[in-house]
Amino acid sequence: MSGGLLFALGGIALFAIGISALVLRPHLLRKILALNVMASGVFLILVGGGSGVQGVDPVPQAMVITGIVVSVSATALGLALVLRIARMTGHASLPEDRNRAAAEAKAE
Amino acid sequence: MTALVTETPWIVWTIALPLAGALASFMLPRRSVAIGLAAAFATAAAAAGLVAQVVARGAVAHRIGGWDAPLGIALGADGLSALMLAMAAVVGLGVSIYARSYLAPTPEKARAFWPLLLLLWTALNGLFQSQDIFNLYVTLELLGLSAVALVALAGTGPALIGAMRYLLVSLFGSLSFLVGVALLYHTYGTLDLSLLAERSADGLPVAVPLSAMIAGMLLKTGLFPFHVWLPPAHGSARAPVSALLSALVVKASFYVLLRLWFTFQPEAPGVAVLLGVLGAIAIFWGSLQALRQRRLKLLVAYSTVAQLGYLFLAFPLAGGDPALNWGGSVYLALSHALAKGAMFLAAGGIMMEEGHDDIDGLDRVVDRMPLTLAAFALAGISLAGLPPSGGFVGKWMLLQSAMEQGLWYWALVIIVGGVLTAAYVFRVLGSAFTESAQEHEEHAVPRVMELTALTLALAAVALGFVAPWALPLLDGVLP
Repeated sequence: MSGGLLFALGGIALFAIGISALVLRPHLLRKILALNVMASGVFLILVGGGSGVQGVDPVPQAMVITGIVVSVSATALGLALVLRIARMTGHASLPEDRNRAAAEAKAE
Repeated sequence: MTALVTETPWIVWTIALPLAGALASFMLPRRSVAIGLAAAFATAAAAAGLVAQVVARGAVAHRIGGWDAPLGIALGADGLSALMLAMAAVVGLGVSIYARSYLAPTPEKARAFWPLLLLLWTALNGLFQSQDIFNLYVTLELLGLSAVALVALAGTGPALIGAMRYLLVSLFGSLSFLVGVALLYHTYGTLDLSLLAERSADGLPVAVPLSAMIAGMLLKTGLFPFHVWLPPAHGSARAPVSALLSALVVKASFYVLLRLWFTFQPEAPGVAVLLGVLGAIAIFWGSLQALRQRRLKLLVAYSTVAQLGYLFLAFPLAGGDPALNWGGSVYLALSHALAKGAMFLAAGGIMMEEGHDDIDGLDRVVDRMPLTLAAFALAGISLAGLPPSGGFVGKWMLLQSAMEQGLWYWALVIIVGGVLTAAYVFRVLGSAFTESAQEHEEHAVPRVMELTALTLALAAVALGFVAPWALPLLDGVLP
């Protein structure tokens, strides 16, 4: 297996792990972390997927740097929103996730 | 004069002016209203310049700083970009004028509103003129972040939760798009849309990334069943923000979807039919939900879910004359932007006057706000697709495309959807014309707010008359 393929598969695995946490974990902080894991997965595909054969291609590096900037800003906005939601409602989760958790607890 | 139109690099101005305005209004918060309005007019003027340039010269392009792709960023505008920029300019200017009066009682909100509005506009103009898929990703993210912040501006619990859900969905959608970008780059060694169109062939190397990108864009456009985030976000934001979101922001991801489809021209009839079926379900589900809503703004938001469904009917109709199905869909997107912008602005006026937006509690609003009700009714005419509005032209083209290909069931969807639209519009109008038992206080609404809503609604109707000049712009863009 070539290095590039390994990186790409690892990236896809990270992306999938991120999706599952984003959907299944009710706490908003975990959801934001899940999006960060997903972003790391994509960056891994970008940087690792093409390296090896003819040296290093600068374009994916430039894309990942831009992507990291976007991801940091989005995380900051997300965290600010979580704080305000927690202060205002007393919960750091979305109502539909709380309802689902309550329904599951009842079923057990 | 003509040299001014044809030689000025309008592409740069359409992005630089709102960006400069956003920074200036952020740095000088006490002057934010004046700076914001000036920047809005300047941006709209630059967009008008660009449209005139595209009409005179055809597609135009610009390399930022003289750098070539792949490290430089190439921008370009063709007829489709020009129409989208014009849409953003008309709605953006209307919302700006409206917001000046609407936000006047809450200056601290106004200070945050103007930089965000102008950033959103920058992102839109950048997105509509992006020539490579990575730049599309960056502008999508800029658009999403400013839109989320605008929703949160309302500051209420539902708005914050709506904003949070919107942020999660929006980031998920863009990351899914970025996966596609990464895979395409590694396969074809380019990000440029026109080069990708040349190099790509049908098969798995295109199908996998394209599916990821399309799924991301469906999520962000809010096509059924990915629409659940849309009504709470659009319904809980302040009125000018709702207008921007429903009119422009969802169209941006639809535009990306169209560009991808035109670039790769996938031979995937199954996917096209699936998109059409989801669109048809969106029309029925969105309209029925709109009929059931008690709150006016949620009704208008569910109407967006329904009307977005129409845009996707173009995909299963792609077998015939491309000018009819794609042209019809693009024209529906334009007229929906104007009509829905007008409708949300009118709803904001009614909410301000009545102090609530409970539909059954509207007490003879027509006596006190005839202009706003006229705006709502005219916007409703365009949404329902009655002649001579822009919505009529778009739906007529889709109908014609369906009938020419003998696909009568799509025609049936279009017609029944129109009837349902008329039903929920008349539900609001009926309530506004009759007395209500509910007690309420009357608040004065600035006349300029009523007039901007009415102007946008009239523009949605007038769009039906400019079709002979607007539609030829799409020649050469459609596949």
